[in-house]
Amino acid sequence: MSLHELKPSTAPADAASAIVQVEKLTRRFGDFTAVNDISFEVHSHEIFGFLGPNGAGKSTTIKMICTLLAPTAGRILVDGHDVSHDADAVRAAIGIVFQDNTLDSGLTAQENMEFHCIMYHVPRAERARRIRDMLHLMDLTEVKDRIVKTFSGGMRRRLEIARGLLHEPRLLILDEPTVGLDPQTRSYIWQYVRQLREQHNTTVFMTTHYMDEAEHCDRIAIIDRGEIIALDTPTALKRLVSEDQVEITTQDTEHARRMLETTFDIKPTIHNNLLTLRVHEANRFVPQLFNEAARQGVNIEALQVRQVSLEDVFIQLTGRNIREEEGAKDEQRLNQRRRGRM
Amino acid sequence: MTTQPVTPAPPKQLSINPVRFMLREIALETIYGIWLRDLKKFWRERSRLWGGVARPVLWLLILGTSLRPAISREALGGDIDYTQYIFPGVVGLTLVFAALQSATSIIWDREFGFLKEVLAAPVPRLSIIIGKALGGATQAMLQGIITLLFAPLIGLWIPLPQIIGLLAVMFLVAYALTALGVVIASRMTSFEGFGTISNFVVMPMYFLSGAIYPLNNAPHWIQALAVVNPLGYGVDAMRHVTLGLGAYSFAFDIGFLLCFSVLMTALAYPFFGRE
Repeated sequence: MSLHELKPSTAPADAASAIVQVEKLTRRFGDFTAVNDISFEVHSHEIFGFLGPNGAGKSTTIKMICTLLAPTAGRILVDGHDVSHDADAVRAAIGIVFQDNTLDSGLTAQENMEFHCIMYHVPRAERARRIRDMLHLMDLTEVKDRIVKTFSGGMRRRLEIARGLLHEPRLLILDEPTVGLDPQTRSYIWQYVRQLREQHNTTVFMTTHYMDEAEHCDRIAIIDRGEIIALDTPTALKRLVSEDQVEITTQDTEHARRMLETTFDIKPTIHNNLLTLRVHEANRFVPQLFNEAARQGVNIEALQVRQVSLEDVFIQLTGRNIREEEGAKDEQRLNQRRRGRM
Repeated sequence: MTTQPVTPAPPKQLSINPVRFMLREIALETIYGIWLRDLKKFWRERSRLWGGVARPVLWLLILGTSLRPAISREALGGDIDYTQYIFPGVVGLTLVFAALQSATSIIWDREFGFLKEVLAAPVPRLSIIIGKALGGATQAMLQGIITLLFAPLIGLWIPLPQIIGLLAVMFLVAYALTALGVVIASRMTSFEGFGTISNFVVMPMYFLSGAIYPLNNAPHWIQALAVVNPLGYGVDAMRHVTLGLGAYSFAFDIGFLLCFSVLMTALAYPFFGRE
């Protein structure tokens, strides 16, 4: 059983605790509708995820929230400020880490941080302390005087997150924060994000097309072709779909089949020594199964559980596999990022 | 989920009061931040300063001294020799090169993402443009000052008050040209390199500015083009200060450059707004 299922469900969903309110938001580029009439809220202090394939409208929505792109229709409030009328108040409330590099690679880490402090009106007396703290939080203290050009992808990403936090934003937006990073760095970044939420009470709004990463979120909106097709906690979303799959290996298939049918009312499919069955919550079912098997003298040699993943949810909702569409695009983006490093 | 019915926020009154607009749009700290970053980067690539040395050597010492015997003082309209005549023009050439080169860094900033960091910040857009233009102007000034050091080599001794006046004019010219560069850079969709700008903007402006030959005998179509050339007015103003002669009045030169600067700053403004 993975940790996320132990986490309590999210904060109450009243408007007062909403830090982002999106209402009937639409954005068209010529004939193409990138975002089609979506509405959702991000609550204070939650980690909210936008999950969907590239081109689903994730980044377009993010750009509208952070005032770089004007909505065609609809309304966005960030911390109570309308992005269309009060852009500077919105900008001040947001710390953003874009999908692609936005550091000045000709400056040092420290200089990038100082520039950000000036642009976000961080009080002069506080700048040195905040820069020091954030560099420390992201483990960059030792490299602070190095030109960013020499940084690895993971270091750049951490520097961007550190920089995005300097003005103590109420909302941290991470657009595909881990694309192109190695697994170790990815898990570090997640560690940092959770630490942030706990220590600084920051609300985190992130986009991803990695299913496993979406599991870190408190709530997830699944977005496809410009529309939100589901929005709930990862656990609830997975409950939407189906059951976990359990595979039992035994020499005594007939005996095992009878036990499953009479005691649990489950019809397994049998293939050689392998019984495959579907159950609602495998983590509750398995202990019961072992108790019964011991009582009835069924010898189980091996058992494997494959839990429902968000991948299954996506396939169920869209009829497509998110990964099939991603591989090539990730490669492209990685190359772009490498070019940005020169 | 209980969502409160949302009433649309009353649209803010569109203020067309220019004073209030300027107060809101000019943030000194933002201008300083943008300017400082440009200067830091310039300092790391200070090999560019050699441009300030190479151009006067080429144009003033090689081309100028070679042509000097062939061009009569009468043709230049005063009691000066050819190298002295082209001196303000060579200063202008240094300024236009440096200004446009620095403005094109916007294309790099966009290509490599840094522009997003600037545009997502809660700062007035006009201050971003002014900071950028002042940053470019400062870099151009540094190179222009190097060119000024060549004056004694061609027998031109400029008294101190004139030097101060010249520096002020140079700064205005540098600002106007960087602002023009920002407008060009903001409309370039892909990066063809500074070479394109150099061939299609810098050199034509230079040849149509009266920097290396007087334009009063040039064909009408050239004169027509020269009328809208900011570098022409810049060179003319600098010639007024250093040599005491010029094709237009000094006040007109300065007036044109000021209007041009304001116009370019305004033209750049929409580019820094929302897509």
